[in-house]
Order: sequence, then structure tokens, then C-alpha cells
Amino acid sequence: MERTWSRPGPALDLLLKGGRVVDPGEGIDEVQDVLIRKGKVAELGTSLEAPGGVREVDARGLLVLPGFVDLHTHLRTPGREDEEDLDTGTRAAAAGGYVAVFGMANTDPVVDTAALLSGLVDRARREAVVPAGFFAAVSRGLAGEQLTEMAELAEVGAVGFSDDGQPLATAQLVRRALQYVKLTDRFVAVHAEDASLVRDGHMHEGAVSARLGLGGMPSIAESIDVQRVLEVAAYEDGRVHLCHLSAAASLEHLERAKKAGVRVTAEATPHHLTMTDDEVASLESTLKMNPPLREESDRAALVKALKSGLVDCVATDHAPHAPEEKDVPFEEAPFGTTGLETAFAALYTGLVKKRALPLGTLVARMSAGPAAIAGIAPPAVRAGARADLCVVDPEAVWTVARDGFQSRSSNSAWLGRKLTGRVRLTVAAGRLAWEADA
Amino acid sequence: MAKRDLISMEDLSREQVELLLDTAESFLPVLERDIKKVPTLRGRTIVNLFWEASTRTSSSFDLAAKRLSADTLALKASGSAVEKGESLKDTAITLSAYGPDIIVMRHPSAGACQVLSANTDASVINAGDGKHQHPTQCLLDLFSLRQTFGRDLSGMKIWIVGDILHSRVARSDIMGFQMLGMDVTLAGPPTMMPRGIGEMGVGVEYDLGRLKEADVIYLLRIQQERIKAGANFLSSLREYSRLFGITTARLHPHQRVMHPGPINRGVEIGADIADDEENLIAHQVFSGLAVRMAILYRTIVGYSDVSSGGEVL
Ligand SMILES: [Zn+2]
Ligand SMILES: [Zn+2]
Repeated sequence: MERTWSRPGPALDLLLKGGRVVDPGEGIDEVQDVLIRKGKVAELGTSLEAPGGVREVDARGLLVLPGFVDLHTHLRTPGREDEEDLDTGTRAAAAGGYVAVFGMANTDPVVDTAALLSGLVDRARREAVVPAGFFAAVSRGLAGEQLTEMAELAEVGAVGFSDDGQPLATAQLVRRALQYVKLTDRFVAVHAEDASLVRDGHMHEGAVSARLGLGGMPSIAESIDVQRVLEVAAYEDGRVHLCHLSAAASLEHLERAKKAGVRVTAEATPHHLTMTDDEVASLESTLKMNPPLREESDRAALVKALKSGLVDCVATDHAPHAPEEKDVPFEEAPFGTTGLETAFAALYTGLVKKRALPLGTLVARMSAGPAAIAGIAPPAVRAGARADLCVVDPEAVWTVARDGFQSRSSNSAWLGRKLTGRVRLTVAAGRLAWEADA
Repeated sequence: MAKRDLISMEDLSREQVELLLDTAESFLPVLERDIKKVPTLRGRTIVNLFWEASTRTSSSFDLAAKRLSADTLALKASGSAVEKGESLKDTAITLSAYGPDIIVMRHPSAGACQVLSANTDASVINAGDGKHQHPTQCLLDLFSLRQTFGRDLSGMKIWIVGDILHSRVARSDIMGFQMLGMDVTLAGPPTMMPRGIGEMGVGVEYDLGRLKEADVIYLLRIQQERIKAGANFLSSLREYSRLFGITTARLHPHQRVMHPGPINRGVEIGADIADDEENLIAHQVFSGLAVRMAILYRTIVGYSDVSSGGEVL
């Protein structure tokens, strides 16, 4: 069953010479040449020669990694192609080392019918530079009332079901969704939030919001809903995925549920893993997201959970916004930061280089971890596998700049920041999807 | 040279605050003359950009600018660009065409001054942004305190009573009072006390049991809308005033009361207290003009002549 689609292109022939291959799924961390023939990894070895006509790339000093998978992207298509479309969104993905991305359903119109989803699939076949897949909504129009036709949507290829952008309003809706999704082999992805506790909220509630006079979004707004969703999932034995966890208390609920055998997976974003609410003092609207940047104790708990595997994967929650929407006072700005093009560098800089997370673990959480949840073959640097990989310069230091994005939007929380690690080349579905200017 | 904005009390050092207050003091004789005008800012342009109604603050700034002989331009939310849906960024760019030296802005949203500042060469003075900051109110409060109690305010105990959560004045005042060495305690219902505010180094009280410790009591305006169904910050004004209203019976003779105005007689403040000349409320209004003159003046000429003791005339 296909869950991603991309536009056709020539199958790649390439020899990556002398790179450090890090693929925890294959148990590899060593310098290897990687020969790609006809879009597949043909061979790994120490002194491979490029066959006639095959281009050779000097990868000495570079990392060769299984490509990343993003389970949580807002591709803004259909409806807001001025912010992102399938072409720019997947170009951004490619530039970030991603070989598959999954778009959320809160578009305009909402992805809630098989006809609409089929239309998106067709567009992906024409426009997507790296394979793109799609969530369908849990409720029609995200109205929180009537379920979508999940069985048909799954047949067309929905990766899962989500009303992301907003929580599932009632426990009854959580319950019905987790019951009904069993008609498919998919899952329900939940944006956990008790809406009544975040009304008029603009940032994490704590000492920083008190000082700034901004309405607070308390961490209990997330953890209360996480607990509710997990109780329903346990009761119904439904398969649930928790989006963008941010609060330490949510992780405690998650840990208890996993121990009890609840079928739950969870993701964390690069921004929640590397930034805290202290940053918000600048009132930069790019730092306004939902869930909000939280406290250092939350961030540290999140990193620990990612390391242990309690949190299964990294997901960007890439949320492009038009400049006129974000060039407004913090209190008036919409939530969201872009993330595809900075994810690896942000985590490499903020966690790996600071020895908070081993490189292999980061790779696993960005690649095989999300692939398993999505139900796609995990990208692997293995002879015989389809070529889904990226080449990263771990020494490259760069400053995130407004004009440096492939994405149509530039509302990045990392604007102006210096990051280490840059994706040089991405091969997705056996095709060259991205190559940085040398 | 980077332009000088006054968005938050955090933009000022203690020395700069002292200099501003000294400068304000030196303007007082001007305000007592027959011709209350000095040529100090002749040829300068000051724009008042008010996206929220506030007759008192906008007229105070307007008059301060005129006393300094600056050209002024006032834009109010109603009837101007705002109604046509022009964004703050576009307004900033449009206004910049006039080459203003200073834009004084009031805006309902925190972060508005940063957006304005990023899109104009003019210095930005925050006349209140959302619940974030109101530094000029804080400076005039400090001025009133200093005129009443002398230059050294350190060790004085001041209680800020009321709706701390929704008050930009409270946030600026906490910073300003602490900067001059005062001991700050906040009192009010728990629903109106922002979680984590204690980390600013203030005492937090949910009743007035220890109010007698205060030298000065700073009251905040209670707004009717906080009682609306669904908001539930207060159950009733009656209960608020029973628990937190300042009446003569609650005051010790040595205690002085302040209020940023406009007051709600019979809610947060007893009518007799509001009218008592011993309190600082009228003085706060009076201070506004001299302090805002000092802020406009220092924003344009700078803070570098600390050694001169702030003499400007
Ligand atoms: Zn979400
Ligand atoms: Zn999202």
C-alpha cells in the first residue's frame, strides 16, 4: 500500500566516496564508500571505484545518513499555496535531508474526503520533490463532530488521521475516533490541549510570561489532555500518536501508558528540544508556537525521553506563515515556526555537539523511528535498499537567514542563529532531491 | 548610532532613571512660568500614535512635546489608517516618510513596539503595549515618590494591590521601584496574580492582613470586564472591594496612596481617600508632564551628560 508519492525523475547513479556512514538500524558507524546504481544502494565498501559514467562525490569528512522522515508537516496545500505548496514544501524537506514528509489535514479545504485526498496524491505525483504523504482529518471540517470516512481515506492512502491544529474537543470524540480507526490499520495523531486552559494564551505560563505580561498556556493544558487521550486509548486499545509533546508532565503519563501496554507513540519537535521560554523575552513572533516553548526542566525531560526512546521520533511541525501574518505584534501573531530545513542542524548543534544525545540516536529518531509509525520502509544505507539518504557536513557553520530557505515561508524560530551541520545532498526515492552549492 | 527606544523599564539603567528624574525636576520651573515653553526641541517632529483610546496619556505627551517646541502629529485609531485595515508595519513605513524623531505609541498588543521599531528610524517610546509595559507611567510614579519622600527611596516598602495579571503598570512599576531600592509586595486575588511573578523578587499576598507594613500603597484599577461570565477573575466587585478595597479604616496615618487612574471610587479606592490631598494621586497626574518632557528630551539628546546632574536649561 503506497503512502507517499513524488514526481518522476531519473534514477540516480552516484558514488559517495569516503563518507562516515552512520546507520544505527544497520549497526553501521564507519567510513564506507556508497555506490548508488539506478536509484538503489548497490554496494558499500572501502575502496569502491566509480563505474564508467558514474559521478563520484568526495564525501570525506561528511556524514552519510539514512534519510529523515517527517511525520508532522504543514504543507498548506490546498488553500494557502502562498505560504507553501507541494513543490516548495518538499524542496525544503530535501534541503533538510528528508526523504519523506507527511502533511497535516488542517488545510483549506480540510482533507476530509477521499476525493480531496486523491487530488492531493495526484498533485504530489506531479510536484513533490521528495515523497509526500498525507494525514486525513478525524472529523469532517475539523469541526469535532462527525467522523470522516476513515476506511475509504485509508484505501486512498492516508497515513493516519488527525485534527491537528486543534485538540479533539471531547472525550467522546477521542473514543469514537480510536474505535473507528480500527477499521483501518492506521492511527490517530492527537494535538493534545485542553482548550479552556489556553484561552488568551500566547506563551508558556511561568516566570517569563508573568514578567512579560503575556497570557499563559500552562503545561497542564497539554498534560491533562494527554492523560485523557491515553486513558481512552487504554480503554479502547486504540492506536494513538501524540504530536509535539512539550511538557514533562505529559511524559510521565506517556511512560505509565507505555508500561501498561497502551499502543501509543509520540513525537517531539526540534524547537521544544532545543529552546525554552526564556527566548520569548525578545517578543519575536517567530518564537510563538503551539505548544509553546517551555521551561528548561521540560526541555531536559524531553531530551531524556527522546534519548531513551520513550519519545519515538522527532517531528518538525513545520508551520509556514506568510510574512504579513508574522510581521505583527507577538500577541497578534499566529502560532508556528518552519522547521524542515533546520531540524537536523538545530538538533546536531543543540544536542549532539553538547553530548546530550548520541548522533546515532538522533539519526534513528529522525529516520527509522518516524518511518515505523508511518508504516513505510525505514530508510537504510544498505546494499539492495532503495536510495533514501542524505549527506551532511558536520563541520559547516551557517547562520539561518531569511533569504536562505527553499520553503516559501521564512518564519523560522532560528532566524539569525548560528547552527553547525548542513545537509549537502539528499537522495530520495532513488533520485537526487537536493544538492547544495559547493 | 543605534536609536534610543524606551519600550520597557529594562531598557534603562538606574543611572539613566535618576538622570531622567533629575531632568524632569529641572523642567518644573518652566511649567510655573507665564510662558511655559522652551525652544529645546524646535525643528524636531514627534508623532503620537494611539491605537487605544487614552486621552490622558496622549494629551500629556502632546503637551510635553509642545512645551519643548517640537512639531507634533497625532494619529488616533479611529478615523485613521487603522480602520482601513492597514497593518502596524505599513503604518510605521508610512509615518517614517515624515521623518519623525520620535514615535510615541500605545497599542493593545505586547510586541507592537518591537514591530514599530524594526520598521522606522524614529525612536520608539512605549505609552503602553498590551499587558506588557508602561514605562512612562512608572517614571512619573517614581518622580512623584521622589518629590514626596526625597531622593533616597531605598528600603521603602510599597504594596501594589489589585489586578496584577492584567496590569502593564504593575510590571513596569515592579522593575522601577526595585531599581531605586524599594521593597515591593503584590497583593490581590489569586486569580489575578500571574503564576511565577514571585521570581521577580517581590512578596506575594492574597489578603491585606500585613498591609500595615507598607509605606505606600499603589492601587490598580479593577475593570468590570474581569467579572464577565467565563472570565471568572472575580466573583463580584462587591467581594473585591470587601477584600481588597482601600478605605480610610484600612489605612494608617503614615501611609500614602497612589493610583495610575482613572479611579473607580468605591471599588478599589474609597472616595475620601481619592480626594485626600495627602495622597499622591493628584501629584501623579501633575508629574506626567514634566516627566514626559524629560523622556522626549533625553531620547533626542541622549543620556551622556550624567556629570552635569541633568541641568538642561
Ligand atoms: Zn498541533
Ligand atoms: Zn501541527
